[in-house]
Amino acid sequence: MTATMTDAPPPAAPKAEGAAGKRSGRSLGQILMIVAGALLLVAAVRVITGADQLTSEGQVGAALGLAVPIGLAGLAGLWSERAGVVNIGLEGMMILGTFGAGWVGWQTNPWLGLLCGIGFGVLGGLVHAVATITFGVDHIVSGVAVNLLALGATQYLAKLFFAEGKPAEAGGNPKQSPPVDSLPHVTVPGLSDALQSVQNHHWFLVSDLAGIVGGLITDLSVVTILAVLLFVGSWWLLWRTSFGLRLRSCGENPIAAESLGVNVYQYKYVAVAVSGGLAGLGGAFLALVTSHTYLEGQTGGRGYIGLAAMIFGNWRPGGLAMGAGLFGYSDALQLRNGGTTVHALLLLLVVLLVVLAGWKLYRSAVWQGAISLIVGGLVLAWYLLTDEVPSDFVGATPYVVTLLVLSLSAQRLRMPKADGMRYRKGQGK
Amino acid sequence: MKKLTSRIDKERLLLGIAAPLLAIVAALVVTTLVILATGKNPGDAFSDMVTYGFASDSQVYILNKATTYYLAGVAVAIGFRMNLFNIGVDGQYRLAAFVAAVLGGALTVPGWIAIPLIVICAMATGALWAAIAGVLKVTRGVSEVISTIMLNSIATAIIAYLLQPGKLGQLDQAGTLVSTKPLPSSSYFFSIDTGPAGVLWGFFVIAVVVGVGYWFVLGRTRFGFDLRTVGQSDTAAAASGVGVKKMVATSMIISGAVAGLIGMPTLLNDSHQFSNDFPAGIGFTGIAIALLGRNSPIGIALGALLWGFLERTTNHLEFQGYDKEILGVIQGVIVLCVVIAYEVVRRYGLKRQQQRVGAELAAQAAAPTKKQEVA
Repeated sequence: MTATMTDAPPPAAPKAEGAAGKRSGRSLGQILMIVAGALLLVAAVRVITGADQLTSEGQVGAALGLAVPIGLAGLAGLWSERAGVVNIGLEGMMILGTFGAGWVGWQTNPWLGLLCGIGFGVLGGLVHAVATITFGVDHIVSGVAVNLLALGATQYLAKLFFAEGKPAEAGGNPKQSPPVDSLPHVTVPGLSDALQSVQNHHWFLVSDLAGIVGGLITDLSVVTILAVLLFVGSWWLLWRTSFGLRLRSCGENPIAAESLGVNVYQYKYVAVAVSGGLAGLGGAFLALVTSHTYLEGQTGGRGYIGLAAMIFGNWRPGGLAMGAGLFGYSDALQLRNGGTTVHALLLLLVVLLVVLAGWKLYRSAVWQGAISLIVGGLVLAWYLLTDEVPSDFVGATPYVVTLLVLSLSAQRLRMPKADGMRYRKGQGK
Repeated sequence: MKKLTSRIDKERLLLGIAAPLLAIVAALVVTTLVILATGKNPGDAFSDMVTYGFASDSQVYILNKATTYYLAGVAVAIGFRMNLFNIGVDGQYRLAAFVAAVLGGALTVPGWIAIPLIVICAMATGALWAAIAGVLKVTRGVSEVISTIMLNSIATAIIAYLLQPGKLGQLDQAGTLVSTKPLPSSSYFFSIDTGPAGVLWGFFVIAVVVGVGYWFVLGRTRFGFDLRTVGQSDTAAAASGVGVKKMVATSMIISGAVAGLIGMPTLLNDSHQFSNDFPAGIGFTGIAIALLGRNSPIGIALGALLWGFLERTTNHLEFQGYDKEILGVIQGVIVLCVVIAYEVVRRYGLKRQQQRVGAELAAQAAAPTKKQEVA
């Protein structure tokens, strides 16, 4: 994300260089250990504070529903940035998706709406692709333009298509489409109820697990399932097939890719079009599943948040899913009046900060350790002196958490090497 | 005299004008097509826009709007010149305007002390809020794009928390609008009454000063040179002894300080209080305007005026049976066309330059002796 607007053209893609640094993947065992540790910690905090909402089925279910559009936006960003195109136009492509879904959805059926949402997203992606790949415009500049254009076009079209005549009778107005039928929801029969009853006992760890699993399998939208499949599919396609290797090579070193006979333009176009489609699907989810109608301003900056989730996840699908989950969870807290729940999370933050401080001091990073301890102490004081976090701050939780996490971990992140850089065919000669 | 004319390269000038012209023509074509597609007459719309836009009351309105937009454009452009993408201008100016409004409402000193205090307070708040992103970038390597997006949302939350009756806000008589304590009338900024055309905001003068300062600092000082160098190549800048990290933090802070001014024309000349309907999203408008004006002080001014013109005139289109929502389409198309046109023109210029240099070299090679005699 280094290349922005100056008088000079964006920096040219790097000439062939040594391979990227060593892979820092974690083994499956390590990941499971981390997850188990986190669960234990959360369960302990819940028991100590009595904030049962922390892992309740409703909370987790709501979090999942809110995480899906963010996750899809992030996945869209992942596709495009892996091919070397920074896509800050995600927000605009999501807006196009909400409009497409609402427009076709209310006239026909939600399935076609979903398709149209994806299609509109692809259109947005193609505009971005033409500007950045063919014309070599700075990626962020083009993204901003796509956002402006998408917002303007949908507002204009919504006025034309929803404000008068039949749509208006069906409940449309310039800022809203008529309602769309809902897409089917899935609940695993039997299991959900059983988990619900286990959760109501509030046992240590067992109930937490039941709540989380219950939230993940109850009243699932089909689009959520589709999104999960897309995550797994994207991972497989990008990291396990030769197509994916070539696509990623365009983001790491397009000149090397070109010298091996990869049609870099074509791969970039495909990646950005897919990116637009995924963002459009994220928008369609908002229109069809979250609210059953197109609403102006429905995306509420989720495209940007998705981008943040992707960076948070180090340009990897797994990390991105975690980031999206984090955002979804904190969004759900706000929605479910989570003042007390966030208050309980303060205690969790204290524990984490103390652990971090201990680790930093052990590694003899005195300053960082001391700062972590001081912040931890302040948060502890906050926790002890109040009973509830004001609801306005609950809404800010995901942003604060992101800033914290990024400032503690950003140096370990590694973006694709030629990300955001201008590439022209044959420039390596 | 000869020196002056030789410094103006005709071809460069021509190419410089070509890009925005190309973009505006393309935007006109697209807008025409869009209006035609809805079965209405685009010609009437355009002529209405022009006649209405050049009426004197519209001109005052446009100038007032452009004052705010110009400051926003400059705030964003400072970051752009440095290769920094300060999306956070939006949060910075809202927080700054809020804090300044609270201070202004509480002050009871005479205007000539209060106004500078309010303005300085706004700039300091904006600078401080931007500094968070700047410091995080240089010490922790956090992308300023992400951190400023987060800071925007956090600023929204802080304002929402503090702007409540009983905290720093108060409910108006109608019971619908929450605002800070209004400024005493002694703290109003001067304005120029132009009669029936309306009131021209005096903050216009400050915007001009900021523009001149921007041009001078960036184009005529060591600091500006360093800043532009870092923007073009941070390795080259580091090699020539510029502290890149310090420059990044500094320019972010300056950008934030200018962003702090964005809310001031509205606060000191118009609303005199910060309420929950204080204009939002101007930071993003600033991005578009900085792009349009290519970060040049004059270009940004033209972009700001164009934006004000479009806003004023498309609003009026509603009375002529057109949809005012065409505004967003026109603006989006203009920005997209402008960036593409700049790139196309740049490539064309580069090609021309290569051809010219190539031709000169070929001529030199063909007639070496003759060239020497001339010299």
